[in-house]
This record gives sequence, structure tokens and C-alpha cells, in this order.
Amino acid sequence: MIGADAKAVPAAGRALTQELGPDGVLVVTLDVPGEKVNTLGRPVMEEVDALISDIEARPEVKGVVLRSGKPDNFIAGADIKEFTGIRSALEGETLSRSAQGVIGRLESSRVPVVAAIHGSCMGGGLETVLCCRYRIASDDPKTVLGVPEVNLGIIPGMGGTQRLPRLVGLATALDLIVTGRSVKATRALRAGIVDEVVPPAALLTAARRAVLDLADGSRRPERPGISLRERLIRPVIFSKARSSVMAKTHGHYPAPLAAIDAVQRGTATSLAEGLKIEARHFGELAVSDVSRNLVSVFFATQDIKKDAGYPEGTRAREVHKLAVLGAGLMGSGIATVSVEAGVDVRLKDASFEALGRGLRHAREVFEERRRRGSLKPREVERRMQRLSATVDYSGFRRADLVIEAVFEDLDLKRRVLAETEAVIADDCVFASNTSSLPIGDIARGARHANRVLGMHFFSPVEKMPLLEVVVTPETDAWATATAVVFGRRMGKHVIVVRDGPGFYTSRALGPYMNEAARLVEEGAAIEAVDHAMVDFGFPVGPLALMDEVGIDVGAKVAKILMHAFGERMAPPAAMAAVVEDGRLGRKNKRGFYVYDGKKRPDETIYALLPSGTSRRTFDARDIQDRLVFAFLNEAARCLEEGILRSPRDGDVGAIFGVGFPAFRGGPFRYLDKLGARFATEVLERLAAHHGERFRPAAILVEHARSGAPFHDQRARSAP
Amino acid sequence: MALISGCRTPFAKAGTVYRDLTAVDLARACVRELVERSEADPAWIDTVVMGQVIPSVAAPNLAREVVLGTGLPASIPAHTVNRACASAGEAIAEVVDEIRDGHASVGIAGGAESLSDIPILHSRRMAKALVEASKARTLGGKLRAFARLRPKDLAPQTPAIAEPSTGLTMGQSAEKMAKENGISREEQDWIAYLSHRNAAAAVDDGRLTAEMCTVLLPPRYETAVSVDNLIRRDTTPEALAALPPVFDRKYGTVTAGNSSPLTDGAAAVLLMSESRAKEEGLEPLAFVRSWAVAAVDPGGQLLMGPGLAIPKALDRAGRKLADMDLIEMHEAFAAQVASNIQALESPQWAREKLGRNEPVGKVDRERLNVSGGSIAIGHPFGATGARIATTLANELKRRQGRYGLLSICAQGGMGFAMVLER
Repeated sequence: MIGADAKAVPAAGRALTQELGPDGVLVVTLDVPGEKVNTLGRPVMEEVDALISDIEARPEVKGVVLRSGKPDNFIAGADIKEFTGIRSALEGETLSRSAQGVIGRLESSRVPVVAAIHGSCMGGGLETVLCCRYRIASDDPKTVLGVPEVNLGIIPGMGGTQRLPRLVGLATALDLIVTGRSVKATRALRAGIVDEVVPPAALLTAARRAVLDLADGSRRPERPGISLRERLIRPVIFSKARSSVMAKTHGHYPAPLAAIDAVQRGTATSLAEGLKIEARHFGELAVSDVSRNLVSVFFATQDIKKDAGYPEGTRAREVHKLAVLGAGLMGSGIATVSVEAGVDVRLKDASFEALGRGLRHAREVFEERRRRGSLKPREVERRMQRLSATVDYSGFRRADLVIEAVFEDLDLKRRVLAETEAVIADDCVFASNTSSLPIGDIARGARHANRVLGMHFFSPVEKMPLLEVVVTPETDAWATATAVVFGRRMGKHVIVVRDGPGFYTSRALGPYMNEAARLVEEGAAIEAVDHAMVDFGFPVGPLALMDEVGIDVGAKVAKILMHAFGERMAPPAAMAAVVEDGRLGRKNKRGFYVYDGKKRPDETIYALLPSGTSRRTFDARDIQDRLVFAFLNEAARCLEEGILRSPRDGDVGAIFGVGFPAFRGGPFRYLDKLGARFATEVLERLAAHHGERFRPAAILVEHARSGAPFHDQRARSAP
Repeated sequence: MALISGCRTPFAKAGTVYRDLTAVDLARACVRELVERSEADPAWIDTVVMGQVIPSVAAPNLAREVVLGTGLPASIPAHTVNRACASAGEAIAEVVDEIRDGHASVGIAGGAESLSDIPILHSRRMAKALVEASKARTLGGKLRAFARLRPKDLAPQTPAIAEPSTGLTMGQSAEKMAKENGISREEQDWIAYLSHRNAAAAVDDGRLTAEMCTVLLPPRYETAVSVDNLIRRDTTPEALAALPPVFDRKYGTVTAGNSSPLTDGAAAVLLMSESRAKEEGLEPLAFVRSWAVAAVDPGGQLLMGPGLAIPKALDRAGRKLADMDLIEMHEAFAAQVASNIQALESPQWAREKLGRNEPVGKVDRERLNVSGGSIAIGHPFGATGARIATTLANELKRRQGRYGLLSICAQGGMGFAMVLER
């Protein structure tokens, strides 16, 4: 029941129009006025209800075609605004029951209703077409179908958990409902979600014919339902689904489990009973903390598009051509995602050997997608053709944006900037993909410092959804806008932060990582630290993360942060011994873990530490407190100093950049939940036990005194 | 009609480094790099014309595939031409004409060939059977279509480098010319030796490498091809003399050493109207002053076309052979180069073939193929014209010369010539 557009404009006027053809086919077009996409709000549902009554009373109507009047959207889902207004589980259940009732009338309609689907058909949209007698989808790439409700901490509440498994079987239905992923039309056809796939131009003709054939009985679609095989292995299917959810979520997300329960119990009984089970789960989940937080994150990512970090109306430079300096992991990742976005990329490095590795990385990413069936061989080639390699600066003059991803070294970056400025146009934006060096330092002495900024991507660039754009006081708004708009084209959530050592993400992560290392130094076991944080909800533990990033890289960042912020950010002394031991992390297969086929903690590292080879037991809660509050405290400082423009950006950046648990809503939502007073108390206690570095940030103390939350609480339910 | 710049892939012996690439791949690599290096805006380009002699069945219009796979706007029309070995020359000529007529102001011309990726055909009878089988409605019908086939029909057919009208291969034709014109084995081997020596020198001082792009070989991109692999820098007249004749083992003089090899590669040039080049602030290497084609009866001496095309092009440019600071003659065979030089210097040729009293002129060997020729560098049929035009223009600039002449002999008895000025 998810709508992608959270804009709060009440629908004025009728959303449904109808046209009865001489053949007796009534074509009903859904076009919610004033919105880019169709959502199923209460007024629309009332219209649907009235329409069905109307059809029942008109014998000349032989059947109905349901289609959308939006160019590339069928139905985006239910109206989230209504859903966030739910105050109690009972209210949620009632809402679900009533929506189920309305679209259930489509299913039992006197005449056949055929869905003609073009564009995305999500959540409540898919649940609606499941009530139609027959479904035809266009073969357009924009036509995708899915039930993404779990992403907002809820489950489909308009019969999706009941009708989907009855239509396509348990395994397929569970996969779609539990993961929330969407499928293209051809996949949907194979899965049995739709009955036919036709070119967009033939959609209406095909739907009309289907209506007439269904009406006179000449077409009887087969609906095999749940197979005998699946019936026999039911317990296995559900227990496998549960264990795979638990492995992924560590039990932090109740919605996928509730969905499995709804499918399991619902398919063991009648549809009517199943719908009741679904509605009850829906109501409970709708008012859960997890769902509230996930919804707030969703709204934050939408809101960030409107308040993007530059004055409204600023003209971004359109990026046709991108030049990338450095074909390493970051550079080639940036190039890969950029050609995917349809941009021509000029990739420069010192040697064709390095460039070849960069091209190979890009190709491997695309080939992997080809193997999974989401790209055709021709599409892989097409992407590779947008990439060209060079060892000199030729081809840079026409670049609209240059992103440097050379080695993290200030002198090198400054030299590269000077060389680039000599060849690029005056209105070409220069971005540094540094993870910690202040942009102001890099831009010092630049010919045009006004077009220099930071574009901090996260590794692997193809997967990590955040882009942190870093601006200095000198950066022009058009340059910022260019970076932000391009980042969005790359499919990233983009936050704009002010310049400073480590910006936001690296800086907030600094004390957290230091604390993890300090715990190991004090005698905690590697796996104990990582397990505690995974239990808290991080996707990987801090020590495993340090191995991924590279211990040398981490040490470098730590040094920069310590120089800037002093003792508070000092990494534990023993880390130097680990780096000196030649441990670089995953890249040389030696770090906190060993990577000989199977990844396991490397206990030989303990000998390098003052605590020695014997390990003490630490309470998981203590580990979590030390790491999490170190993070929260530093995030708060970033807000205090104006590095962060808003708590919203702090939440989005932490969740999508460093894996802060989304179900907790991000560091500032989490602080609001705990209360600033409680947080300062914990920090004071930690300071007393472990040192001054835990002294609470001034902004936290201030919020503790005033009792004001970081987020406007009303914004949570009525965005 | 300004030639702004040129670029080519390294040329490679067929079946070696480019064995897994197609002519389209090679053409894309060089055109992409041509555009990048010239810093031209792809949106300026009005037309793309490319040459290819043995087109692929999968992509018969190579030029259009280049446009669609090189980051060029899809709105650029493109076509592929075939004037045999003079195809890239023809492509340049067509773009030059378009610009002169005001139909275009910026264009790309060039060509590509992959002799590693030639279409292998079924025999005529096999093809007929396949067509019949595809039309048959029953399994029996399908099988019957193949019933008439004989084992020899199963043998595949490869395109022959031979004259359809005479049945003689190119090598046999060159052999005939050598004999009839009295071109000695020594002279042929010397021409071949100079070709390798000059090419090696031009690689060493960077003149040739500057014209090349590096090709990273997919799908692993571990191998970067950045040099021609046919140039034999250590060859000697003696080593060349030791090679056996190929086309007439007994009395022949044409060897693998004094012939151009089967080659994969691509080359292209960027052309602009003079005024547009000035407007965009690009400095042309040279200007195309004239071009000409001519043909002889393939039944006589096949590769004498340049002997007719050169005087025609010179006349059109209002120049004499002696005015030329540099001459680039495509070396299909050393025997063909020597035969054409002989013709240009011959009063008899002037009288009988050109209807004039004075011979065309003497060819100064010191100005001929100074950066090597097709024997050493290789000869991807469709690309050679653009390679020669690029090298000629660059060398004219380097030597501060004014006029340059290029000529190419082609299958079917044709010859192509062009005069550049800077």
C-alpha cells in the first residue's frame, strides 16, 4: 500500500473517468488530478466503490478495462499520508479491512474486469489488479510490479498476502512480499502475475479483446494456484523463508516475519479468513516504532529532493560528459555508475594497465547483471561503449564535471587539480572524491575555487546509496547543484554538508571505529565487538568494516581527524602496531580477520596488543553503548558546528552511508527516542569510566536542558 | 576543406591481437579517440562516412554502427563506402565534397577492416538448400531440401582476394606487372626494406605512435595494443631476398616480404570547412585541394590505376608532380609501386594513356613513403586511405612542406589520388 509520492495535495476533482464503447466495453481511466502518480487515497477508493455499484446496475456494460491516465505510472500504491495518520492498531486494521472490502468487489463483479498495466504498479496497485479477472502488462521497461510494503515496516494490507500466493504459488509470492522487490513485465508473466505482455501501443486493444472473450466465455484463463508439490512441502517453505529473513535482519524487522505468518496462516484457511489475518498484522505493524522510523527515513529521502542544499531555482549544469581521474576501485566505480546513467565517461590514469583494471571492473558489474538476467549482452556493450580510457588529459576540455579519485594525499590532489584546471573549461565543476581531506585545503590556490567541491562516494560505489556533497564557503551554488543533480541521476541519496575534516560521515564514524579498536586493545575479542554491533543493527561490525575499507586507509583518516580535533579523536596507540604488522585488511587478506576461503577472526593479532593473547568477556550492551554513543555524540557535534544542515541529513547520511540501523530512524531520530537527557547521562557516565572523549557535545546538553527534540515531532506523522 | 586531425588503431596481422574483435569495434575505438583528442564537440558533426571492403553480414553499414556506439549523437547520418582498397580515400573525398557543396561543415571519414572476422559463406547449393528448408512446412520437406547435397557442397567459401572478372588473385596480378614491366626482385625487396626501415624510424621518434590510439582488448582489458605488430625493424635486403616467391614459384619475384600483409585495423580523420575550423579555433593540419579516381581494364595490368589518377588529381589542383614536397603511395605490392613510378616517368605512358607529350614527372624516392608504407605497417583494406592521409598531413606539417600527394591502387583496376596543401 505504498505510494512513492508523499506530496500532501488533496485530490480535487474526479480521479476516475469512463467511456463506454459500442462493443459494451467500459474503459475506466484512473488519473488522480494534480499528482504525478496515481495513489489510492480514501477519495479514490470511494470513487472505485461507487463505480462498481454503477457497473452492477448497467446491463449494457459487458466488461471493464481498468487503465491509468498517467504517462508512465499505473498505480504507485496507497496514500502514505493516510497511513501515517493511523493512531492505533485497531484503526489500522479497520483501514485495511475497508480497503480490502472495496477492491474485493472488483473480484466478485458481475462482469469481467481486465487490468491494462503500463508503468509502475506497486503495492496497493498490484493488490488492486490481483482482484481483476485478467491482467495485461505492457512490455515497456517502465512497467514494473511489486509489493514494497516491507520497506516501510508494514505488509500489503489490501489482500496482497492472500491473493498473490493463491495466484502464483507460495515460493514466488513469499519472495516478492518478503523482499519487497519488483519485477519487470516479462518476469511477471513467467511468474504468472500477469496473463499477457504486449507492446504499449497494443495494450488497450488487447485488453478490450480480453474483456469480450472473458465475457462470452471463449477465454478461460487457467489458475492452477498453489501446486500440490508446494502443498506437500509447506512447512519447509515457511521455515526456510523465516530463517532467511532472520539471517538478513537479525530479528530487527518484524514486517517480513508478519508477512510470512499472514501467508502461512492465510493460505491454510479461506480467503475471507486470510484477509482478516492480514488486516490484523497490518494494523499492528502500522503503529510500530520500526515502521514509524522507516517511514520517516522514506520521507527524509523525499524531502531532501526539495531542500537539496542550494537555493531553489539554481541552474545545475547538465552533465553530458564526465571525466574521472584515477581508475582504482572508487574511480572505476564512479565511472560504472555514470555510464549506467547514460553519461559519456573519460577515465584517466597513469597507465593502460590501471585503466584496463578499471574497465574490467565496470564490465564485471554489468556482466553480473547480465547473468542475473537484468541486462542483455547488447546492453552490456552499450554501457562499455560510453567509457573511454586515456593516460593524458585529452578529451577533458568538453567535460562538464571532473571527479578525481586519486590516492588520498593532499599534495597529489592539489597537483591533479592544477593540471586539470589547465585543460578544462571555466564552467566545468571539479569534484574531489576524498573521504577525509578538507575541500578547502585542496581548493587553496585553485584558479577557480568557486567550482571546486567534494563528492564523497562510498565503496562499492555501485551498491552504496549515499553521496555526500561537500561545499566550501567559496563553492558556487550552480556547482553544488550540478553535483547534487548528477548524484541523483546516479541513483544516490545526496546530502550536502559543509566542509571540514572528515565532513560528516567519516567524522562521525571516526570515534566509533576508534572505540572498536580500543575495545580490542583492552582485551575484547574481535567477534564479540562485531557481533554486538550487528546485534544493534549495523550490517557489518566495525572491525570487519575496517578490513573492508583498508586498515591503512582507516589509519590515515584517523590521523587527519586527530590532527583536526585533538585527543578526542586519537586512535588507540596499539593500532600503529597493527598497521606496522603489514595488515591492510581484506585487500591483502590480513586484517582483523583472515580470508583463506572462509573469513574468521585472526587471533594472531592479539599478540600485537598490550592486552596480549588472553581475551576478557565484555558485556554486549557496554560495547554497544561505547560505540553508539561515540557516534551519536560526534554526529551531534557535526550538527552543532553546522557541518550538517539538518538532523534529517544526519539521519540519511548515517543510514545510507555508514549503515546506521534504518529501523532506528538514524542517529537523530534515535537520540529523540532516547531523549537528549538520557543520552547526556550515558555519555557522562562513559566519560567518567573511559575518559574525556565521551564528554557530551554542547548541543546535546542544550537539548537535554530544554527538552526539545532534534526533529519536529509533528513532521513525523504529517510530513 | 580542412583536415583537422587523424587517428588510427595500431595495425595488426590478421588473426593476432584483434582476432576477437570486429571491424566495427576497431572503427569505434579509433573514431572515439579521434573525437576525444581533437576536443571537437560531437554535436558539430554532420556526417560520418567509413570505408569497408569485406563487410560483415551482421553490420553491413559499419559507419552507422560507429555513430551509434561511440557516444556520437544518434542524429548523425552515416554510410559506408566500398571503393576497394581506396575506400577510406573515397570516404574522405565524399566528406570533402559534402563540405564543399555546403551540405556539411564537419565530418568524419575513415575506414576499417578485420580480416580476422570475414564472413564465411556456405556454397551456393548449400545456401539454396537452407532457404528451401526454412520454407518447408513439414519435417519431411525440410529433410528433402538437403537430400540433393553432395559432400563438396558442405565446404565453406571464404572471400577470395581475386578479381571476379579475370579470376587472377592480387598477387598473380602483381606478378604479371613485375614481369611485363621488368621490375627486378632486387628493386622490389629494396622498396620493402625501405618501408620497414622508414616505419621503424617513424615509430622510434614517435611520429607514428602519435597517430595511434591504444586499444584495450575486451572482455578482460588486460592487453593494451599500442604498437603495430607487422613492422620488422631488423629486416635486411638479404633477409628479404631469401624469401621464396609465392605466386610463381619458378620464375616469380613477388614474395610475402615485398607484398602488403593481411591486416586488421581502423583509421579516421576529422574534416571541417575552413571557416568552421577558424570559428571553433581548431588549427588544421592541411587542406584537401583535389582528388581523383581513374580505372584501367583489369584484363591488362590490374594495379596501374594510380598512374592515371595521379596526373588527374595534380591537374585538378593545378600542380605538377615536382611541386610535391611529399608523396605517399600505397604499397599493395612493391612491384605495383615500381610499375606506377615507371609509368609516371614514362613518355610512352604519357602519350598512350594520358594523351600528352610530357611524362607526369619523376618521383623523388627521398620524398616517397618517408614514414613507411603498407608493406611494413600493414593494409586493412578499408582503412588505409585514412592512415595515409593522416601521416601525409602530419609529416607535411612537421617538415613545413606545402604540397603532398597520395595515391592508392584498388581492386578492379582503379586508382585514387589526392593532393593536400598546408
